[in-house]
Amino acid sequence: MTHSPLTPGIVPGRLPAEAYARNFADHEPALDRHEARVAADRCYFCHDAPCITACPTSIDIPLFIRQIATGTPEAAATTIWTQNILGGICARVCPTETLCEEACVREAAEGKPVEIGRLQRFATDVAMAKGLHPFTRAARTGKRIAVVGAGPAGLACAHRLAMHGHDAVIFERRPKAGGLNEYGIASYKATGGFAQKEVDWLLQIGGIEIRTGVELGRDISLDQLTGDFDAVFLGIGLAGVNALRAAGEDLSGVRNAVDFIAELRQASDVSTLPIGRDVVVIGGGMTAVDAAVQSKLLGAENVTIVYRRGQEKMSASGYEQEHAAQAGVRIIHNAAPVRVLGNGSAEAVEFAYTAEGPNGLTLSSETFTLKADQVFKAIGQTLTGAPDTLPVAGGKLAGASAKVWVGGDCAAGGEDLTVTAVAEGRDAAEAMHIQLMAL
Amino acid sequence: MADLSSNFIGIKSPNPFWLASAPPTDKKYNVERAFEAGWGGVVWKTLGAEGPPIVNVNGPRYGAIWGADRRLLGLNNIELITDRPLEVNLQEIKEVKRKWKDRALVISLMVPCDEESWKDILKRIEDTEADGVELNFGCPHGMAERGMGSAVGQVPEYIEMVTRWVKQYSRMPCIVKLTPNITSILPPAIAAHRGGADAVSLINTVKSITNVDLDHFSPFPMIDGRGSHGGYCGPAVKPIALNMVAEIARYEETRGMPISGIGGVTTWRDAAEFMALGAGNVQVCTAAMTYGFKIVQEMISGLSQYLDEKQMAMSDLVGRAVPNFVEWQHLNLNYVTKAQIDQDLCISCGRCYAACEDTSHQAIAMSPDRVFTVMDDECVACNLCIDVCPVESCITMRELPKGTVDPRTGKVVGDYADWTTHPNNPMAQAAE
Repeated sequence: MTHSPLTPGIVPGRLPAEAYARNFADHEPALDRHEARVAADRCYFCHDAPCITACPTSIDIPLFIRQIATGTPEAAATTIWTQNILGGICARVCPTETLCEEACVREAAEGKPVEIGRLQRFATDVAMAKGLHPFTRAARTGKRIAVVGAGPAGLACAHRLAMHGHDAVIFERRPKAGGLNEYGIASYKATGGFAQKEVDWLLQIGGIEIRTGVELGRDISLDQLTGDFDAVFLGIGLAGVNALRAAGEDLSGVRNAVDFIAELRQASDVSTLPIGRDVVVIGGGMTAVDAAVQSKLLGAENVTIVYRRGQEKMSASGYEQEHAAQAGVRIIHNAAPVRVLGNGSAEAVEFAYTAEGPNGLTLSSETFTLKADQVFKAIGQTLTGAPDTLPVAGGKLAGASAKVWVGGDCAAGGEDLTVTAVAEGRDAAEAMHIQLMAL
Repeated sequence: MADLSSNFIGIKSPNPFWLASAPPTDKKYNVERAFEAGWGGVVWKTLGAEGPPIVNVNGPRYGAIWGADRRLLGLNNIELITDRPLEVNLQEIKEVKRKWKDRALVISLMVPCDEESWKDILKRIEDTEADGVELNFGCPHGMAERGMGSAVGQVPEYIEMVTRWVKQYSRMPCIVKLTPNITSILPPAIAAHRGGADAVSLINTVKSITNVDLDHFSPFPMIDGRGSHGGYCGPAVKPIALNMVAEIARYEETRGMPISGIGGVTTWRDAAEFMALGAGNVQVCTAAMTYGFKIVQEMISGLSQYLDEKQMAMSDLVGRAVPNFVEWQHLNLNYVTKAQIDQDLCISCGRCYAACEDTSHQAIAMSPDRVFTVMDDECVACNLCIDVCPVESCITMRELPKGTVDPRTGKVVGDYADWTTHPNNPMAQAAE
């Protein structure tokens, strides 16, 4: 170790080697068989269960939990995958505390829901470890569908198309498939290369070809795709990043949180990643939390999230906020950046307090300054690279049109969550199937 | 602190909690540990006749049923009577009784069904100064095939005959332990009574297979790929035992005969329930085998607290529920209740709805926003909704006052009336 958390500037190796291994280990360890049975026994097997309604993919949660309770996690996994082919990653990254577990009647009863997410992970882990892929292709239809984007929406769409006997070709601009599962979530949520394992597992169905390094608008056009294929699914995500619109944004040390997170995920040795001593993350979503917590885990001395609105407006869940606080991250609400200070490289950020009024957010004249040799911008992603011909509403693609379906974060409707993307990809595939087969 | 000291057929013990004849009472070491922990008495594990000792299997002796967190709900065993030499047992019994004079020490016996064998064993135990004998007519496995245990308990004539021999050749109080593996508990109990038994104890274990190994296709416990039926005990058998105890307690000929209650007693509450249905004391095994001897401390404190709260003596408790244990025909058909759901407590799980809608009387309505309400005009008061509701006291039964109309039947709730006088009962006419 050449550096410590106190070393000024942006440097790698702030921590001893064993600290990195510990910090980036599985953030919520898997349940073992007995723990899973005990956790499963808490499920009441509700009638028309609220957790199913709360799940964007409508997994039959009471059924899969009962299957775990009776010693058949493989059957449980099949129940999960039937609705959500990326049930493995969703079990790890879903904000269950605002979805199924919030709806769990035991949350209402005693503030302690059934651990649905962890049970889902148990079932899918057991079944994947056994190499179980309980789906086969229907007879080939001869229909070919182009899927743009190998993220959760595209993968879910392609898998469902393959099940129906269609051939899917996925075009992905990045070197690897997986989308945000691979590039956009904190390392400790999907350890052991899980995102790639899940992609490989998903492709077992056959009939899906992935072409990486191919970008829509650069290497291929929508016209080409609609000409060459029977239908097109766009699951291109939100590739752009909102700008800070504050002076000093160009200083060195200021970068997009999503790039930092992606770099971290792709690093084979996180101790080589440079990190600031004083890190400021601007934003209030999951990306902000993932960037902030991982900055801390890389050895930054002080990490602060600054969000321009109140705590109740943060899109990061309460659980995530708590996780950040436990990791030693400070969260400041109701403050917006005015400028980044520094000479060539960032040294501090000046913030103004904000107030929410009838005319929106206003900046107060009162300001404060945080030391910052590194600044991460996590103020939202934007739609870029979408074909001009498609209708856009509220910054997102506004729905299906002739031969073209959309889904995932790039599409209007639903929250920007992996599980929502899976549901939209799956449903688009079903809609395509009905149309293509004139059912 | 309530007085828990017990006098059961003249056998005194500081509390009514005895350990049943079973593995925990097989030798001095265990019994002394039990007495140190506070047990009021023990029934020493069953002694057999003089001669080469019994042998046990050398593989597993127990099978089990568990709840999700491996809470033991039921235990089944294929262990036989003591496999230690008679002389060793007799010597140890004598030593223990001398040292623990205030505790009850009863010897369980099982010898072949002939007069000489019983005469002989009774003579052999005379010298131990034990407080009484318990005749093991209950063991359903191993010994039954040799004409002992439940093979005797299933034939009332044998019970009566052996009990007579015992009373003839021994001055000791005699408890007859009954098997539940019969159609009615009354004939064996009557036989014991006629034979002169001072008390009956029940139930012994229930003939059972706890589970089957679905890989090797053998019942559990599995001995080299095979299994045999065992005797079932523990919390799972308590309802069966309670009914049998109560039947003896209320039946004319056996009413008043002392009963030692056995079968799944795990807590003070179980013991109190047995006593309310007529047991003068209780015997425990599975709970001790599951948790160790210390559980008796909770039983003592719990029963004591309960009696204090009720301002009852233990003798007030014994048999107190027996008069209220009646045959179906004496239940009041004009007692009309309706389920009601406390909306503040309801967590909207919908289990009551599923149970009622799928399997009962379609008497619960479900609104689109998951509010569940009982429809009085459909509710037959079956209680299933209460039984499946995970929230205690969320669903309760409300009694319709006399004079009101039951919206389901359109009939006015009247005075007490049971089946014996019901117009649909052909026998009711004849009775008048």
